[in-house]
Amino acid sequence: MSAPASLTSLTIGQVQAGLAARQFSAVELAQAALAYAQAENPKTNAYLRFSPERALAAAERVDRKTGAGENVGPLAGVPIAIKDVIVTKGITTTCGSRLLENYVPPYDATAVVRLEQAGAVILGKTNCDEFAMGSSNENSAFGPVRNPVAPDRVPGGSSGGSAAAVAQGTAVAALGSDTGGSVRQPASFCGVVGVTPTYGRVSRYGLVAFASSLDHIGPFGRTVRDAALLLETMAGRDECDATSAFAPVPSYSAQLDGKVSGLKIGLPREYFEGLASESGDLIHRATNQLKKLGCEVREISLPTTKYAVPCYYIIATAEASSNLARYDGVRYTTRANEDTLSGMYRATRGEGFGAECKRRIMLGTYVLSHGYYDAYYLKAQKVRALIAEDFRKAFAEVDAIVTPVSPSPAFKIGEKIGDPLEMYLSDIYTITGDLAGIPCMSVPCGKTSEGLPVGMQILANHFDETTMFRLADAFEKAGGFAGSN
Amino acid sequence: MKITEPEVRYVADLANLKLTEPEIARLAKDMDEILTHMDTLSEIDTSAVEPMAQVLYPSEELATLRADQIIPPIGEQAALANAPLAGGGYYKVPKVIER
Repeated sequence: MSAPASLTSLTIGQVQAGLAARQFSAVELAQAALAYAQAENPKTNAYLRFSPERALAAAERVDRKTGAGENVGPLAGVPIAIKDVIVTKGITTTCGSRLLENYVPPYDATAVVRLEQAGAVILGKTNCDEFAMGSSNENSAFGPVRNPVAPDRVPGGSSGGSAAAVAQGTAVAALGSDTGGSVRQPASFCGVVGVTPTYGRVSRYGLVAFASSLDHIGPFGRTVRDAALLLETMAGRDECDATSAFAPVPSYSAQLDGKVSGLKIGLPREYFEGLASESGDLIHRATNQLKKLGCEVREISLPTTKYAVPCYYIIATAEASSNLARYDGVRYTTRANEDTLSGMYRATRGEGFGAECKRRIMLGTYVLSHGYYDAYYLKAQKVRALIAEDFRKAFAEVDAIVTPVSPSPAFKIGEKIGDPLEMYLSDIYTITGDLAGIPCMSVPCGKTSEGLPVGMQILANHFDETTMFRLADAFEKAGGFAGSN
Repeated sequence: MKITEPEVRYVADLANLKLTEPEIARLAKDMDEILTHMDTLSEIDTSAVEPMAQVLYPSEELATLRADQIIPPIGEQAALANAPLAGGGYYKVPKVIER
């Protein structure tokens, strides 16, 4: 027995087949995957740390069950990576922040527990923007991540490490988190599949809070089926998260039959204005492919779109300023030495947080402060209702909505970091799905002439991940990921 | 100008955030730009709109009440393990009350 020759293109189905045929054991695969990931990681800085003991223990459990003829679970032996904002018991979880450099969580996130119960093997924790705040992964206290497709460019953010690991082949699949596009935008920049489920579909227990009404855990995979498998394994009610939904979880992966004829697809005209031409061409080519598959494609309007960026950055920063108040030097490892309690709070936070976190704490505190609450926070909550209403009306007419993921492909490291407003504006196409709480995903739809991946976004009605995955899978099977017609 | 440096200092005080002088200058500039952009929201009439306070979509509730089981907590030692300073089962902080 030996580990597979090519780890870089392995899918979950191939891992299952290899284990079933005894081509390799789970331990052999874990050892090979760890060795490969550790050797390749300096090229991208995608992983912040590896967890070999935990990985091998999980792989040994899979092999023991296989030997005993027991059910090994749908993700048996699958090497995965976990974004470092998702807590792992006994494995340092930094959130990309100096403040949590030495934080060792006393518990596991529910999503992590469920993936491991299904047989997944956690290789390590991936780099991200500090507390998931950023669109380029340049806000990590532990250095930026390089895009494996173009090393002088960003992998996107904030789940840049998870997207890069799956694209680089140092993990078969990965978990990220999405508050305003942090799974879909890096998936599009790195050329992999990234999914943001319906709000409440996956428990947030153990996801370090950024903006609680917008935060989601979501999977990355190289295929639609792999991402669907991860989601159906993690999803479902969890007593530890009161906002986790009771809705039953269908088997998404069992419904990927490639048949989407007659599906009604909406293209919102507001998402195609001002789109960088090459990305726009690829999206148009992709929608033509959907037509060839028998989908009815029509133009629709989501009129509140132009207000989504200010709406999002008011709500997200307001919630962040509250959530980050807990890093006060009392409970979470890092404390500045000061004689007074308030001096200690202020110095710990001033020294610990990076520039982007400070900017968002300040904006959030400002919009919630006396005299500004109605003009900013309450106004944004009303605009959020209008954005959700736009989608409600659209889904009365169409089954799914197709849009670009980002106005442009991956940009150069350092190119936008000096202009926070420009960076915020680039989130325009991804934040609306989070504000409305609906499921959305990014699938590759080809590359620019420079070889940079472009992603197509698919949005569906709440709890209708099935339609979203079926459309994405049909597109993949028709060769859409390569951008060919 | 949406925000001045004295206002930045006031907000930093509310947020318990110690900032350096260059950080204050930079934040005044950045926040001014971003808040100006946020003002575009005033273009929309929302007088008849209820604020969206709930994101979770209604779904069938399977069981709202859980069984009354005793689940062991993580325990004092694990709970305090990440404290910068702890003792006697408590978090320790700089002295607040002088006697």
